[in-house]
Amino acid sequence: MEQSYGIFLYIISLATMGGMYAMLTLGLNIQWGFTGLFNVGIAGFFAIGAYVSAILTSPETTRHLGGFELPYIVGFSASMIVTALIAWGVGKVCLRLRSDYLAIATIGIGEIFRLILKNETWATNGPRGVSMVPKPFESLAEPYNQLMFLALVLVTVAVIYLLIEAACKSPWGRVMTAIRENEPAARAAGKNVERFRMEAFVIGCMIMGLAGAFTAQYLKFIDPNATELTTTTFLVWVMLIVGGSANNKGAILGAFLMWTVWSASEILTSRLPDDMAIRTAYVRIFLIGLALQIVLQKFPSGILPEKRPKPSGSHE
Amino acid sequence: MIALMEFINFYLIPGIVLGSIYALGAVGITLTFGILRFANFAHGETMTLGVYFTWTLMQITPFHPLVILPASMLLTVLVVLGIDRLFYKPFRASPTIMVVMASFGIMLMVRSVIQFVWGVQLKGLVPGIQRPMVLFDTLRISPKHMVIIASAVVLVLLIHLLLSRTKIGKAMRAMSDSPELARLTGIGTEKIVMTTWVVGASLACAAGVFLAYDTHVETMMGFKLLLPMFAAAILGGVGKPYGAIAGGLIIGLVEELSSYPWIGTEPLLNPGYKAGVAFAIMVLMLLWRPSGLFRGRVF
Repeated sequence: MEQSYGIFLYIISLATMGGMYAMLTLGLNIQWGFTGLFNVGIAGFFAIGAYVSAILTSPETTRHLGGFELPYIVGFSASMIVTALIAWGVGKVCLRLRSDYLAIATIGIGEIFRLILKNETWATNGPRGVSMVPKPFESLAEPYNQLMFLALVLVTVAVIYLLIEAACKSPWGRVMTAIRENEPAARAAGKNVERFRMEAFVIGCMIMGLAGAFTAQYLKFIDPNATELTTTTFLVWVMLIVGGSANNKGAILGAFLMWTVWSASEILTSRLPDDMAIRTAYVRIFLIGLALQIVLQKFPSGILPEKRPKPSGSHE
Repeated sequence: MIALMEFINFYLIPGIVLGSIYALGAVGITLTFGILRFANFAHGETMTLGVYFTWTLMQITPFHPLVILPASMLLTVLVVLGIDRLFYKPFRASPTIMVVMASFGIMLMVRSVIQFVWGVQLKGLVPGIQRPMVLFDTLRISPKHMVIIASAVVLVLLIHLLLSRTKIGKAMRAMSDSPELARLTGIGTEKIVMTTWVVGASLACAAGVFLAYDTHVETMMGFKLLLPMFAAAILGGVGKPYGAIAGGLIIGLVEELSSYPWIGTEPLLNPGYKAGVAFAIMVLMLLWRPSGLFRGRVF
């Protein structure tokens, strides 16, 4: 009984984290899947959202900026607004250049943000991070608080999914795909390519910021390790590619599937003796990387391939 | 006078040393950018790998790192050529962004292999602290720094000879300038791609070993150099090796000089933000002149 209850709680936490990764993959899907923007600064935008929300909602403390104790909805909205503003700045610099430049600049954003989080201790408590972040529904009894939070996450994912689906089927979404497939043609048709790209980039980053805010509230804690490349940026990329980029269902499927694989493999390796467990953690990253390479080369369209409104010869 | 010597000893010379390391690394980045046409995210890990090969060879032989360097360069080149064959070659005809993504994956795969095989604890390449040499009474330069600067100069001269005097070097220039035209004139693409990897990986290995020789060996050392190397390549103009060398020197110098107390007695920039300098320069360049500082031909 005890054990099955433990498994029940584990499945809830698995689904909650999976849901937060689904937000990240949906955000990335707008950028990469539909518009072809290569963003490797996911961790940076995620951390911006997480810190903004954590600082705005947490109680008074001497260790970092805070004491605003604002409602969650303000924290979530503010994290999306701040992320959008920063994304706009990044986009302004990079979106007019070749795709690789965006990759270089976004990986830089992640690193710069890590520096700021570590050095501005008055605001962020430095490497020790922001703790005591309040969590929605935490006053409820044990399984119900977890269930309610899970429900909140899943509803948010569903809303984001429906909004993106609607957007992608609209003329706006068609222009995005046109830009990805043939930029000069889209330009020749009189579309303002820069503006569309900027919109896709900013909206994607906003969703990533929201995912960060949810994670900070869920874990009740956030520190500069949130900007770590492996577990955020890389995992999200693998999730999207495996699930199927340019397919929103695929993005969500990839998130839950790869998070389950990642999390379950951690349980397996943590049973090994300490020294071995630390080393096998690197084997996990290697295998996930190898999976990405194999999918990229052999199954570039992922588990759920892109569905186009009309059949066409291209299959990128 | 004392202030000037302090400036030279503690800011200028370390800046040149760091700049030479960035310069050697950035040549590989810029060649890959110009000839293979993609931003290679795994370049930092190539460096780290070269450093660990050197460290391992030093455990089994009694030689100085500089003596071992050619052997570890060779090992690094072999690994990089293997990676190219397995993970980059299938994407030669695909949109560049596919191979950028592949290199992003390779970055984490190579790093995890290094962390698995060698562990994450800090290691020293050469034991102990060397006493700096004192020249003209006040100029203090550590022998390590002299070795690094001198070796970097030799390597830069070798690159120059390769690019300006050999047939393959000229072909590389042509490829970087105009791939279609180069192909039309019968230049063998794959041979040039291989040469690019050989040059890039050897220089990355050397740069990494110089850094480890100056500081220590750790698994994230290459990744920490990635951003300054990209910045150097962009500063010098993507695809231009001489530009990358100049860019590397500038970035290294600016990074070190940014924490000099230019105004008052406090460092101008909190040393915690030193790593952000390269990024700031890069963003300014992208805004102001994305084609790099130097106008004109590719080489």
